[in-house]
Amino acid sequence: MKEQIKLKINQFMTFVNKGRNPYFFSIGLLLLGFSVVYLSPRSIPGFLLFVFSASSIYWLKLHKSVQLALAVFVAIILVPILGGRNVFYLEVIFQIAVFSALALGLNIVVGFSGLLNFGYMAFYAVGAYLWAFFGSQQPYLLNTTVTTKPLHTPFFMAPDYFYLFIFLGVIVAAVLGLILGLPVLRVRGDYLAVISLAFGEIVRQLANNLDKPWNLTNGPQGITPVQRPTMPKGVLNMFNSIFDPVIGHRITENQAYNILFYLIALMVVIAVIVITYRLDDSKVGRAWTAVREDELSAGAMGINANKLKLGAFTVGASFAGAMGVLFAASRTFVSPETFTFLQSVGVLTMVILGGIGSITGVIVGATVVTLLNIQVLQSFSLYLSQLRQSDAAILGFHWKNLSNQLDPAKYQRLIFGVVLVTMMIYRPAGLIPAARRQRELDAEPDADELEGKGADRG
Amino acid sequence: MRNIMGTGPAREIIMPIVQMAIFVAGAGALCSVIMIILATLFQGSGADHLLQSTQGVGIFAYTVGNLPQVLIDGMTIGFVYAAIALGYTMVYGVLQFINFAHSEIFAIGAFAGVESLIALNAVGSLAKAGTIGSFGYFGLALLIGMAVAGGTAVFVERVAYRPLRNSPKLVPLISAIGVSFALQDIIRLTESLTTGQFYRVIPTFGNFDDRLTLFTIGSKAIDIQVKSLVVILAAVTMLVALNYLVKATKVGKAIRAVSQDPNTAALLGIGVNGVISLTFLVGGSLGGAAGVMYALKFTRIDPFVGFMPGIKAFAAAVLGGIGNLTGALLGGIVLGMIESFAGAYLGTFTQGAFGAEYKDMVAFLILILVIIFRPNGLLGENLSQKA
Repeated sequence: MKEQIKLKINQFMTFVNKGRNPYFFSIGLLLLGFSVVYLSPRSIPGFLLFVFSASSIYWLKLHKSVQLALAVFVAIILVPILGGRNVFYLEVIFQIAVFSALALGLNIVVGFSGLLNFGYMAFYAVGAYLWAFFGSQQPYLLNTTVTTKPLHTPFFMAPDYFYLFIFLGVIVAAVLGLILGLPVLRVRGDYLAVISLAFGEIVRQLANNLDKPWNLTNGPQGITPVQRPTMPKGVLNMFNSIFDPVIGHRITENQAYNILFYLIALMVVIAVIVITYRLDDSKVGRAWTAVREDELSAGAMGINANKLKLGAFTVGASFAGAMGVLFAASRTFVSPETFTFLQSVGVLTMVILGGIGSITGVIVGATVVTLLNIQVLQSFSLYLSQLRQSDAAILGFHWKNLSNQLDPAKYQRLIFGVVLVTMMIYRPAGLIPAARRQRELDAEPDADELEGKGADRG
Repeated sequence: MRNIMGTGPAREIIMPIVQMAIFVAGAGALCSVIMIILATLFQGSGADHLLQSTQGVGIFAYTVGNLPQVLIDGMTIGFVYAAIALGYTMVYGVLQFINFAHSEIFAIGAFAGVESLIALNAVGSLAKAGTIGSFGYFGLALLIGMAVAGGTAVFVERVAYRPLRNSPKLVPLISAIGVSFALQDIIRLTESLTTGQFYRVIPTFGNFDDRLTLFTIGSKAIDIQVKSLVVILAAVTMLVALNYLVKATKVGKAIRAVSQDPNTAALLGIGVNGVISLTFLVGGSLGGAAGVMYALKFTRIDPFVGFMPGIKAFAAAVLGGIGNLTGALLGGIVLGMIESFAGAYLGTFTQGAFGAEYKDMVAFLILILVIIFRPNGLLGENLSQKA
């Protein structure tokens, strides 16, 4: 049965990829996905269809230049139009981009060099608080207590320093990664996991408690408002004059900010992906693999394991730092609650689900988990609360008696937990295993169950 | 001529009690001495003046006056940490694996114990029970907590760890994190579906909240809550029992054999899987008992209650030398003392700039520093190869 299904899928894939078929399929899918979302902007299946059709650009066998052109077209034209129709999708895609960058950064640490890091959110927090501090009124409020903010405090910096701070975030987080990386030289494996957990908790608690003696972080209430970069009126007007007929209404400044942050996040993610690809294929990437698989032998081949591990920590941390700055600006609000252990494990779940060390896999993992978190679970919760308000009954059970606590959106931990355990037991290499890891696993006699998977990776 | 400590089984009961007494006295004395020296140094400082003006006592008198209470608190929480830390250290000794889900085993034990007390309260048994009876009911809750937590630990091992036993080290660790998260939400789901609230408060019964006066210094009475006393006594009893089990029985010998070399142990006819399950059962039930004690001491529990005590107990296990039972005991007591001292004095000495909220961070800092500078812990045997 399983074999038959596999065969059918293979036959179908060969048909799809034959001759000019992939071009028709991808453009057809894109048109279908786009028009469904365009016509019914609130439908979630429609949006999932659009995400699927956009991903078809990647997995169909298209000419490289066509792939690139289609991807740019989707990213620059289609998504902003849909975002103008329903701004929530921009938010979803923005979050996918943020978490993809985070997961790719963690992937360098966990996937490439095999060091488990449970405190990854600390670097994200450092980036976020960096801009939240300098991009708000906070530097003028050092000697005030949390609740008494004087009116009309000026902002410390001009909003456009934000762009500079993306790079500063990279540097500061990298330095912090280096500092955390130093203990790595002393300990291995599971101890490192615990150290990083402790480190992540320390950073969160500092953010929580540093409202005295100097009010650096404004304590548990968080810093708000954080500035966004300026939006020139001209750009907004130009966008409206071009897209007004398609979207059907003029977009407001807030919506324009959503589009702006989406585009910045896209650029950061592309930079991250390019860096990760180049690293994976480089001498450094191979050395990381060598250290991960056997540190002793790697050392015998002349690889300086300590330097490489530090490098992995630094690079991984720097991605998170950049995304942190972006996050602070896009939310205009930063609080310690965002940087919990739960979030660190969430990013780890994305990496594990997609495939440790596999760049495509990690992005897929980030997409799936983010969609699950902020869209599927939320809408399921909404559905349940509607049921609760109705008088419907099933098998004599009245929905309104259902406990308020049963809110699927609050059960992220269960999902992360179950995903982690099942993946570890049944598919430790992830949904889309890394090509290199695949070869390694295939070489082992007891890994035959993983055979043939991941062959679809172009 | 007979050994003064007795021989064989008797020795295994007396020795750990002596050890615990030494650890408590030593850690307490060391912390007190450091604190008194600090207080002497801080005389005349801003903190001193602040205390003089607000409470009318100097910093030295303040420090010394509070010492007994701080020591008692430190000892109580230290024994709870020690009981949890033993679960980590036993599993680590046998499998060289950090059982991250142990903190949720602790929480499950707490919930099982508290739920059974709530049930007893609902039928009215608790209200009718006298002093002795209420101790009996608490003992019953403790046993139920131990049984449920131990059972869960064995189940978790069977489902989530055993299939991964020969995988690379990080694989079971990730699985353990997953189990830990899943268990938190499973507790939350079961608890909230039954009542709509996901936290529980232990019913008040018996004389657990009364304070016994131990002795008086001048006009100041030094007292201890009955529940703290119960926690200390229960913990000491269990730790002695565990020590006896591991050091003086045949089963304990099997556990030690497996932790030294599973393959050779298997060759000698020891059922390794059974021993590992047993280790999880024993460690889990200790964790569960610690959970019930924690609930008694702090009254309110929620599904995420295990995280902080869990990580602190792990810090304690590492501090004492992971894999080493005596070390876990020592680490727990030392950590409890340090935390209690930090919570009591940090705010006063820094004039409120760094308050008691930093006491959690103390445990993390200790953990990091110990792992970096002395990964074998205070009493660690040579485990660096395994780590």
